[in-house]
Amino acid sequence: MIKLKKKTPLIDQHDKFGFYGNKFGGNYCAETMRKPIEDLSRLFEKLRRDRKFLKKRDHYFKHYLGGETPFFKLENLTRHLGGAQIWCKDVSAINGDAHKAYHATVNALICKESGKRYIAGDTGAGMFGKNLAMAAKKMNLKCKIFMGTKDISRQAPNVKFMRDAGAEVVPVDSGSKTLVDAVSECMRHYVSNCDNTHLAVGSAIGCNIFLKICAWSTSQISRELKKQLIKEFGEIPKLKLINVIGGGSSALGFWNEFIDFDKKHVELIGVEAKYAAPLSTNAKVAILHGAAQYCLTDKEGQIAETHSLSAGLDYPGSSPLHGLLKDSGRARYTNASDKEALAAFKLITKLEDIRPSLEPAHAWSECIRLAPKLKKSDVLVVNNCGKGYKDKKIYIEQLGYYPK
Amino acid sequence: MKNSINNAFKVAKKENRPALISYTVCGDNTKDKSLQILNSISKDLDIAEWGIPHNCPTADGKDIQNSSYRALQNGIRLNDIFKLVKRFKKTKPSKPMILMGYYQMIFNYGDKKFIRKCKEVGVDGLIVVDLSFPDNKNFAELCKKNSICFVQLIAPTTTVKRMKEIIKSSHEMIYMISSISTTGSALKYSIKRIIKNYNVIKKIKPSKNVVIGFGITEKTISNLRSADGLVVGSAICREITRSLKDRQNPVTNVSKLVRKLKNKII
Repeated sequence: MIKLKKKTPLIDQHDKFGFYGNKFGGNYCAETMRKPIEDLSRLFEKLRRDRKFLKKRDHYFKHYLGGETPFFKLENLTRHLGGAQIWCKDVSAINGDAHKAYHATVNALICKESGKRYIAGDTGAGMFGKNLAMAAKKMNLKCKIFMGTKDISRQAPNVKFMRDAGAEVVPVDSGSKTLVDAVSECMRHYVSNCDNTHLAVGSAIGCNIFLKICAWSTSQISRELKKQLIKEFGEIPKLKLINVIGGGSSALGFWNEFIDFDKKHVELIGVEAKYAAPLSTNAKVAILHGAAQYCLTDKEGQIAETHSLSAGLDYPGSSPLHGLLKDSGRARYTNASDKEALAAFKLITKLEDIRPSLEPAHAWSECIRLAPKLKKSDVLVVNNCGKGYKDKKIYIEQLGYYPK
Repeated sequence: MKNSINNAFKVAKKENRPALISYTVCGDNTKDKSLQILNSISKDLDIAEWGIPHNCPTADGKDIQNSSYRALQNGIRLNDIFKLVKRFKKTKPSKPMILMGYYQMIFNYGDKKFIRKCKEVGVDGLIVVDLSFPDNKNFAELCKKNSICFVQLIAPTTTVKRMKEIIKSSHEMIYMISSISTTGSALKYSIKRIIKNYNVIKKIKPSKNVVIGFGITEKTISNLRSADGLVVGSAICREITRSLKDRQNPVTNVSKLVRKLKNKII
């Protein structure tokens, strides 16, 4: 079993080749990309230690993204399920409607620092695309968003946002026409334009530097949560932190500050979509988009097609950092079906005022499964990482309504 | 067999021309057709390169993606590729065969098993697009032990310091990527700039065979004829696509194209 290092940020637990636990990650990329990603790594290592840059980041997080997102107890749901206390870290309250806002903003800031004028990113659910488009507009960068044609049609509200913010949305019509193809196409664009373009990979995937930037950015979530927990409970209570996993960027941010805790104290639970679930279905390690990771493939090693109603989860791979957390036993992974996610949405929105998107609806589903089996003293926190409006059409199609 | 790649360059040099290297995707559009194409063009080739199709190719342009897609649709598997290489080498034992692909396909099969199998069927060289230096050190070493040439790549973004290290660990052939691009897009740089980059590499180690690839077509090939070798890939894949679309025989069309390419460099 892989052992995690204490007091070392998770993103820094790699060797000089970018591997975590000798097994996950690495830099499987074309020679053309080597120099640009080395330059980017150097820049990032400098910036994350640069007080001026951190101040700028915090300024943007506070004034542009709206500052700390709320943390509150769901009294009605807790009463209804009759077990553990259920709390919500409502990241969807951020300006930008999802945790991708942190990551997009940081990428735009880094792009600015690098002197590049173009920024390119991939998106599935459109949350990253939308936030990157807005950040690019704010910082006067030219932005291209790569998105599968299937996702363009099922996440239309976010596509409109991107275009209104002045980004060019590049439709990707190859393969399954979803996120996996969008990421491939975006990387190809980078291979061809790495001299003037900054690549903002939409999740904690890709070559070492890209997943580091991503998880570093979203870790704002757990920095806030830690303070909020102490304020509420006077200490870090016995916790279960439940988060949905697509690529895994929100979970890494939600968990980051709690990695060093014993798992009996703070348990980390990741919830994948049932038919896009490499971590919870014992998939093999494969190389996808520049990194070794748990990934769904066929017997020949070709990357498998996935299915999820949720565009953000419809991805065959997973962050190498989740491979590390799984193999070290620090986190455990499970999954939820489309149906279960929809049922969770139905119950949550009946009892509470939050309106999760399809992605966090998967995490809520696990919370609903778990809570009744636990004691009142147990605290469940769910990262409500995305707003539901983008899935309004799908919810109406599937459930017949979208709550007010 | 051991020096067949070196020999191919020697022959070309004697004829005062660059070696001509084709790239096609194994199994495009069917297993048999891809072998027929290769058999037919091999008289004009010095080295044959066959692509191992993968469904997430992050460095390929549209043309090679299309070829790979066709091959996969028609059910090509890695073991079929080995069988086809064996059949090719049976009739053309002295024609060097290089397999090119993404590391996932090899990783999934197992590095050692893959290299052993390559040796067994007569593969002379390997290009692994996304296994770059220095991460490829062990793999390249394993190739060398099995008399397979591991072809290192050098890109326009590669620094001179890194170039020196790559060349030091390279085998008999080095692949220079012409411009910052995926395969098959139009040459982004001027011929002068490409030749200048090429000369930087040659100056470091004149004895290494350096080939130029990415974006080489009928139009550009003669201008680059001072190189040790030239790889034409996407232009051939495009010709296969066109032939299939026009319901023509890709074997004859591709053969004609390769003949034309050859004529431009002799």
